Amino acid sequence: MNIHDKYKPLTFWEKLYLPAIISGLWLTSMHFFRNLTLHILRALRLRKTADGAVTIQYPEFLRPLFPRLRTMHRLTKRDDGTPRCVACMMCETVCPAKCIYIIADEKLENPEIEKMPESFDIDLGLCIFCGYCVEACPVDAIRMDTGILEISNLTRKGMVLDMETMLNLEPMQDRYVKYTKEGEIVSQEYLKQDLSK
Amino acid sequence: MRELITTLANGQTFLANLPEVVLNIIFISLGAVVLTTVCAVLALVGVYMERKVSAHIQDRVGPMYVGGFHGWLQTAADALKLLLKEDIVPALADKKLHFFAPILVFGATLATFAVLPFGRHYVMSDMNIGILYILAISSLVVIGTILAGWASNNKWSLLGAMRSAAQVVSFEIPASLAILVIIMAVGSMNLGEIVNVQVGGIHKWLIWKFFPFNLLAFIIYFIATLAETNRAPFDLPEAESEIVAGFHTEYSGFKWAAFFLAEYANMFMVGVVGATLFLGGWSSPFGDFMNSGPFQIFWIFAKAFGLIFVQIWIRWTLPRVRVDQLMYTSWKVLTPFAFVAIIGVGFYMIL
Repeated sequence: MNIHDKYKPLTFWEKLYLPAIISGLWLTSMHFFRNLTLHILRALRLRKTADGAVTIQYPEFLRPLFPRLRTMHRLTKRDDGTPRCVACMMCETVCPAKCIYIIADEKLENPEIEKMPESFDIDLGLCIFCGYCVEACPVDAIRMDTGILEISNLTRKGMVLDMETMLNLEPMQDRYVKYTKEGEIVSQEYLKQDLSK
Repeated sequence: MRELITTLANGQTFLANLPEVVLNIIFISLGAVVLTTVCAVLALVGVYMERKVSAHIQDRVGPMYVGGFHGWLQTAADALKLLLKEDIVPALADKKLHFFAPILVFGATLATFAVLPFGRHYVMSDMNIGILYILAISSLVVIGTILAGWASNNKWSLLGAMRSAAQVVSFEIPASLAILVIIMAVGSMNLGEIVNVQVGGIHKWLIWKFFPFNLLAFIIYFIATLAETNRAPFDLPEAESEIVAGFHTEYSGFKWAAFFLAEYANMFMVGVVGATLFLGGWSSPFGDFMNSGPFQIFWIFAKAFGLIFVQIWIRWTLPRVRVDQLMYTSWKVLTPFAFVAIIGVGFYMIL
């Protein structure tokens, strides 16, 4: 629309406001009666899907997550089970929130590995989930693909992730993400879930 | 009510030995208790309806957990919570007036229920001046609102109270003029009489009489009462983006619940009066079909809740108007058109 048209004086029909009010009422009533019908059909067990509302009843139904979503951190392992991390301090340096604390260990039996972390702590209370640590890592030792979003604790100390925990975390579970055969994500999967149970 | 008392006093029961004054007091108190209970339950139903309708209009689901089926106990649980909440009174508030304001608002709203006809025989007090009584008593609500705003000792409360007063006083005029159209058409201020001329089916409703002037009067009445009950799009007294919560900013717990209850009871009262004046009151829309005894209560409730639904529907469609637009609507649109309706009905009656 031209900006000069936007501020033209209103015509008599527009000044009445009634056409605009009636079209607004028509729009909301269409939404209301459509949703009411769907809800009644579901209450009568004639429909089993949760359409009629865009609400996701969260604790019961989870929204599919995008696979690249940055969630809680985990550390990857070598084939022998030791951490892949070489304690280069790249992530600790790049971290804008300064929430990564690495203590390097150099007294190793294996001569092929120069350094290894003695401890690797991430304070999730400080972490801003920017993903810079994943980008900075030269050996793909840290990833943010666990799919864990419900991070909470009663104490501040409980928010600190240690190396042992992070090594044992698994990548994102299947129940969080639904793919089609072409690899596309099926959003709105929750709408097709059977709510009658 | 009067007939009931007379019948009991003349009957052979032990009540016949009591003087009539005592009987009056007993039965009026009983009626008041019943009406208060009905009023509270209606407010709960109204709040639940408002939440569900708004949810469905906005593609949400609304309350879903409390009570099992679609959260039907949610508002009862909310009311219970409000009863148990701490009652905070501001240190610099006028304690007595602060306490008295919600009582006045709720009491005035409840007092109007005394003359509402819920059926041919289901009316507490069948007054000759029923409508005048309703207009007079419902104006008392604005005193309670001003009292609440003044006693709270808070700028926002005072602003909200003053807005409410200006609004209610302005919109009482078109509402009264629209009611005057019906009084002219029927020739009586008794609500029972007004329903009696409409008994016999949908075609006898007063909204169709003197077409189109009674229809115009109904629309004016509906818009004016929307403003009188402080409903959106005229909910300026509690415009949260400007003045927090308006006159009840400083209220909490049960006193706040009383304001809330009064708002929804007021909505219902306005719906019943609108249905009585224009939509046939307790009479069935299908002539004699389903027009006896308890069905009359069903019809008046159905009509009143239909009007409440429209109020809710409008609230969740339209944005709030400005103060100058509000005054413009009242004085420059509704009042002249109400006069047009009165003059039109007058011409009809002369012809």
